[in-house]
Amino acid sequence: MDKDAIRQRVEAWEKGPVAKTLNRFPERRERFETTSGIEVKRAFTPLDVDLEGYLENVGLPGEYPFTRGVQPTMYRGRFWTMRQYAGFGTAEQTNERYHYLLNQGQTGLSVAFDLPTQIGYDSDHELAEGEVGKVGVAIDSLKDMEILFDGIPLDQVSTSMTINAPAGILLAMYIAVAEKQGVASDKLRGTIQNDILKEYVARGTYIFPPEPSLKIITDIISFCKERVPAWNTMSISGYHIREAGSTAVQEVAFTLANAIAYVQAAVDKGLDVDEFAGRLSFFFNAHNNLLEEVAKFRAARRLWARIMKERFGAKNPRSMMLRFHTQTAGCTLTAQQPDNNVVRVTLQALAAVLGGTQSLHTNSRDEALCLPTEDSVRIALRTQQIIAHESGVADSADPLAGSYLVEAMTDEIERRAQEYIDKIDDLGGVIKAIEAGYIQKEIGDAAYAYQKAVETGDQIVVGVNKFQIDEELPKNILRVDPEVEAYQREKTARVRAERDAPAVDQALEALRRAASDGTNVMPPILAAVKAYATLGEICGVLRGVYGEYTEAS
Amino acid sequence: MAQKKIRVLIGKPGLDGHDRGAKVVARALRDAGMEVIYTGIRQTPEKIVAASIQEDVDVVGLSCLSGAHMVLFPRVAELLRERGKDDVLLFGGGIIPVEDIPTLKKAGFAEIFLPGTDTSDVVRFIRECLDA
Repeated sequence: MDKDAIRQRVEAWEKGPVAKTLNRFPERRERFETTSGIEVKRAFTPLDVDLEGYLENVGLPGEYPFTRGVQPTMYRGRFWTMRQYAGFGTAEQTNERYHYLLNQGQTGLSVAFDLPTQIGYDSDHELAEGEVGKVGVAIDSLKDMEILFDGIPLDQVSTSMTINAPAGILLAMYIAVAEKQGVASDKLRGTIQNDILKEYVARGTYIFPPEPSLKIITDIISFCKERVPAWNTMSISGYHIREAGSTAVQEVAFTLANAIAYVQAAVDKGLDVDEFAGRLSFFFNAHNNLLEEVAKFRAARRLWARIMKERFGAKNPRSMMLRFHTQTAGCTLTAQQPDNNVVRVTLQALAAVLGGTQSLHTNSRDEALCLPTEDSVRIALRTQQIIAHESGVADSADPLAGSYLVEAMTDEIERRAQEYIDKIDDLGGVIKAIEAGYIQKEIGDAAYAYQKAVETGDQIVVGVNKFQIDEELPKNILRVDPEVEAYQREKTARVRAERDAPAVDQALEALRRAASDGTNVMPPILAAVKAYATLGEICGVLRGVYGEYTEAS
Repeated sequence: MAQKKIRVLIGKPGLDGHDRGAKVVARALRDAGMEVIYTGIRQTPEKIVAASIQEDVDVVGLSCLSGAHMVLFPRVAELLRERGKDDVLLFGGGIIPVEDIPTLKKAGFAEIFLPGTDTSDVVRFIRECLDA
């Protein structure tokens, strides 16, 4: 390719037709840029990409550095897993929703837990008041977990659980339910989020301070390596960082910085990187800027592959593969003209598929108002099915590769994310950066800048600051029955009354000893859940040993 | 004559960790010249009320996206009344069904802001209510 010829032609084009057009029709803005501030040129050309570096930087699907995807055939073999995040009210109600979703063609489960469960309180704790069953299902003891998966054979589905601080406890409950179904733990497939670091900067469901939290995480990794080898032990999440207002570049950078801390913690404990890294998975947001998002997923894959190979000396290609789940961006949903959200979700889901996601949750149109109704959830799932079966985009791996814009933007996102990671290294690592408030401030600044852009009209949100209509916000929305809280409290009281109390005390004492000695807490947690110790009791023991984290104000 | 700065407490009652909105509102009010105290997440109504009294604020704004507002918001209002701080201007925001708004207003909330609100509307609302 004659780059000089192209350069001359581009210059002539800028001076000729472009200048002439600009004279008559000025462009819509002075500078076009993505959410991350990356300039979007008028037209990208071969001059913007490194064609000579193709094999090294882009390569082929399923090959290092995995820019083009983690499998050689991508969706030509099997589509991504369609996995709708769901859970509300009681285990009984949520079990019903799971059966509905599976009957509608969903291919994996994803459990939403309520806040008391996520923060380690039973439904009858005073801080749980008003929160029981609201943002997810309430799980207090193994009894609830048995009901949640009733009639769902755990050797035939994969289950993702959005659970962090108490991840080990919910995983233990899942193993115990499987055992009762006659399914051995080595047959279980699924994911626990188990990503505590992002809870300190976004989302907020931490319990313990960072150090003991990392200790529990490495305990889970070691335990799963032996007992639940097909389980994804972590889903390192950029999703919530983005929801908190970060840019696409920050989402990649802060997620991978957290991932580096986890890998380092496990390596420091003496684990061989290739023994566990293949079970780490990731979770990203799919936002509105379609091309930037596609580039983001590609950049994240390449950057992670390089980090694992160069920084951690991984040998097994599986350790270098960034496999990820995607959820469309909740923060882009509008309460105004909520049906428009179906279109937003479609664009975001398309970005995730063009970006090579392994599984996908599509948001429901009514989520800026309330919990999604069954009709809305069905449309959201159908959106994925239409992309899969009708759009044709799943027939070729990484179909946007070679687009000058997408390749240039992939390079730029990788470069800027690497700059952030270097900066975090300079600060002494991600825990230090969190303690110093650096990451929170970066995210907060980006969130505020976005809000200002919306308020000045620089950023148009259709139906919110332009193209508004007079409308009444919908009533008769899905709500959690307030009776749920009382019902749940009674159920848990019954469990406490009927269980073998001395066995529970013994199991909790064994857990307390393990936590104090620094031995692996997973075996005693498993024993405790099998004795029907509650989640709140188990977390209470760990709180006693490890202490609690509080946000610096 | 220099006017006394409006003092505002932005609180996150309950277990909800979604604090993007609360932080953005806090910052916008600060930019508009008000003194703003942000409590951070996971505050009990008791702590929020105690901080409001200690900081002697004119305005209390609460944010909740978890659906627990019907328990937590009225409790803050009630505690403020009990502690003799019922002259404070109280408002809320979050994912709040419109049909809950009349009940919250009856409980003492002057306004409930929903998704898509401009921060300048919040600023204007506070100034108008305090006649400042």
